[in-house]
Amino acid sequence: MARTLIHAPASARKGEVLEIRTLIAHPMETGYRAGADGRTLPRDIIRRFSCRYNGELVFSAELHPAIAANPYLAFHVTADASGSLTFTWEGDNGFAQTESAAINVT
Amino acid sequence: MNDRSRLDRSRRRCVAAGLGIGLGVAWRPARALSDELAGALRGFTGGVATREGKVNFDIAPLVENGNTVPITVTVDNPMTAADHVQSIAVFNEKNPQREVVACRLTPRMGRAVVSTRIRLATTQQLVAVAQLSDGSYWTHAVDVVVTLAACIE
Repeated sequence: MARTLIHAPASARKGEVLEIRTLIAHPMETGYRAGADGRTLPRDIIRRFSCRYNGELVFSAELHPAIAANPYLAFHVTADASGSLTFTWEGDNGFAQTESAAINVT
Repeated sequence: MNDRSRLDRSRRRCVAAGLGIGLGVAWRPARALSDELAGALRGFTGGVATREGKVNFDIAPLVENGNTVPITVTVDNPMTAADHVQSIAVFNEKNPQREVVACRLTPRMGRAVVSTRIRLATTQQLVAVAQLSDGSYWTHAVDVVVTLAACIE
């Protein structure tokens, strides 16, 4: 399991636009660099990120090797109901990780 | 006397040239899109014409380390079911691949602002493009100077 950092407010007023910041520890090996033995290192990147709010897809992104190591993504979500935000990262070599954050909307 | 006026004139010319260079650097008129970027954009839009505006691509004009370059793309457009930003993509000119990131947005986001950190192989031009729900495409191109490149160590 890769380490993740998720910055999402735990509570919000209804209709408030919240900034969500996410970061996951991942080397994002581009597939263009040479290793110590001179051979090109195989590509190992996170290809897709998605954020669901109570099961509904709110934001998704396709990442390419030009994304820096430890991919950071920040975006906004409108608070409309209490529940959970689910974050999913999927990538090469079967990489998949899901994290969630609870949100209380008043 | 004659010598003095000649000196004055050359000094004046020198000052004027300096001012001209200074203004040129400060304004840096946007360069037309390079062929690589135009091709990448065509691939994304499917041939639909793009317009400049609405999109603000925020990136440092001088990058000291190309391994992590923070970027923020802001689209000046409401996020309602009837009128919203559907997708935002970023393309580069001189990395091994043209694509950087492609995001799908929904009206539930409330605000069309996306930030991430990217790699830049060298000094180059970048473009951010946004697709609105009415099918129009808007772009903002920027030139970036990179002093320490990514992907070469």
